[in-house]
Amino acid sequence: MIAIPAAVDVAALKDTTLLNMGIFGLFVAVTMVIVFRASRNNKTAADYYAAGRSFTGSQNGTAIAGDYLSAASFLGITGAIAINGYDGFMYSIGFLVAWLVALLLVAELLRNTGKFTMADVLSFRLKQRPVRIAAAISTLAVCFFYLLAQMAGAGSLISLLLGISDWGGQALVIIVVGALMIMYVLIGGMKGTTWVQIIKAILLIAGAAVMTFWVLAIYGFNFSALLGGAVETANNPAVLNPGLQYGKSDASKLDFMSLGLALVLGTAALPHVLMRFYTVPTAKEARKSVVWSIWLIGLFYLFTLVLGYGAAALVGAETIKSAPGGVNSAAPLLAFFLGGPLLLGFISAVAFATILAVVAGLTITAAASFAHDIYASVIAKGKADAETEVKVARRTVVVIGVLAIVGGIFANGQNVAFLVALAFAVAASANLPTIIYSLFWRRFTTQGAIWSMYGGLGSAIILIALSPVVSGSATSMIKDANFALFPLSNPGIVSIPLAFLLGWLGTVLDKNREDTTKQAEMEVRSLTGIGAEKAVDH
Amino acid sequence: MGSDAPTRDAAESVDFVQVQSTEQFKELRKRHRSFVFPMAVAFLLWYFAYVLLADYAVEFMSTKVWGNINVGLILGLLQFVSTFAITGWYVSYSNRRLDPIATEIRQGIEGHEFDKDGVAVSGGKK
Repeated sequence: MIAIPAAVDVAALKDTTLLNMGIFGLFVAVTMVIVFRASRNNKTAADYYAAGRSFTGSQNGTAIAGDYLSAASFLGITGAIAINGYDGFMYSIGFLVAWLVALLLVAELLRNTGKFTMADVLSFRLKQRPVRIAAAISTLAVCFFYLLAQMAGAGSLISLLLGISDWGGQALVIIVVGALMIMYVLIGGMKGTTWVQIIKAILLIAGAAVMTFWVLAIYGFNFSALLGGAVETANNPAVLNPGLQYGKSDASKLDFMSLGLALVLGTAALPHVLMRFYTVPTAKEARKSVVWSIWLIGLFYLFTLVLGYGAAALVGAETIKSAPGGVNSAAPLLAFFLGGPLLLGFISAVAFATILAVVAGLTITAAASFAHDIYASVIAKGKADAETEVKVARRTVVVIGVLAIVGGIFANGQNVAFLVALAFAVAASANLPTIIYSLFWRRFTTQGAIWSMYGGLGSAIILIALSPVVSGSATSMIKDANFALFPLSNPGIVSIPLAFLLGWLGTVLDKNREDTTKQAEMEVRSLTGIGAEKAVDH
Repeated sequence: MGSDAPTRDAAESVDFVQVQSTEQFKELRKRHRSFVFPMAVAFLLWYFAYVLLADYAVEFMSTKVWGNINVGLILGLLQFVSTFAITGWYVSYSNRRLDPIATEIRQGIEGHEFDKDGVAVSGGKK
């Protein structure tokens, strides 16, 4: 039996503000207690950055899923499918397949060779100083773009969920989210942050599962009927076919290739995902974590397929687009349609928790990179003790938190998916070639790493600045100017191959040879796990 | 208690160049690379083939197969299936072919077979 979709009254959403705030407050209270309890054993750098390497593979896998299923994944993909149909689905495929790169080529080898940060691995057998600085700069750049995306997402969510539509009110909420995040990270360190991620991932996946079951039940568990409903509401059979969003022109088709490349190669180079592999005791647990996260993330994206088409069928693209929060409001509106204020409150709280948790994970990664790679290794030249390093990391957390709040207030209203895709493109260009070369290519040298990292980072950012996203079109950040010399909005298709090429060229042209004993050590360590950092006993 | 130093001891005096040149290690490296490289190439080709089809063969992808389910949706869901399958395959391959030999090499190192100076170090497990 197919229910007749009742109109969703967007104005009625404001009556649920108190309920939303109550559920969100409950989440904050519960997680705060857990963070406090988890923080009692935070004594050393390994505790603070890597949670004492004491998490199991399944716990860490759930936390990785929590990190990865950001607001952009949940709200963004559901919204993209609801509005653009099939093209939104292709995002989730790229996001999922990307995990195979992490599983096969990166996770275990990285766990065996590093200690706390991505730079540990990249600088293992190359010259410490220049490579560490480059790796830390690209880590900070990726984290910053990702942070901006999450904070901007918080702003647009708030307008819908809490009924706060004025700029000052939204800014206030961004400040509250930022302050909460700083508290989590300061008190809890990696352990507290990981627990927040685990709780959030379970709530998010459970919430999505309930909604998926509900939507399918409305259509008698017939997926084809659900698709039929989406076509009927949209009055456009093309929502089931590829090309609605990206098939418009040759440039947009190429843009999709570029996006696909950035998505599939970016994941295994995201510093906040890489850092998660250090929270488990062995490489085998690192492998288990990736397996867990692949299953959870895959399952979740299957849910979003149903939810996206469900929102298209039951709420309708027009209602979604005109609601405050626009495309991002598809999932909350669907929740309201299905379960009324209570389900909306739950889903909204989960969406907020998502932003909070992802922001916390990014902040600790950026702080660890600054304190461990720039402060301890470069400024203090390796003479800083672990205690000072952690102190620096904590101060960095506050600085990054404040920057994220300020950036978030100004980025409020910007396109969230664009900022996330930018972070993926920068990560894939700046980090992935060097990760792969240093793990698998014996001849790779410092010059190759430096050329590849700065070349990848620089070309990605310059191409973005010259893209239609920044200037020259109606949806650009700067509408009044036009310096869009590069026709694509995602730079991946140029900057990623360029970074691989520069890594090769820099190595081949390098007159210096790297230390072969260091290469032997890295290769043996990475494959056997000998001497890898073990769990901290308490 | 948690300090960063003690775990390094076992590996400090190891002659890694010697380990790297053993047949056993070469075998481990060969087994690892002969699985992950072809597999990585295969799934990336399959993924880009899918993206190219969705990008440039819209009509083919829009062909209805059953009810409202079209070729594009089936191929998309097959990407999920292949991802899950490769994950399972890799885990079983590692358990059978990689982990045992890696453990053997590690125990050899920890048993000081490869020490540069032949002096026993603290922290190694027998």
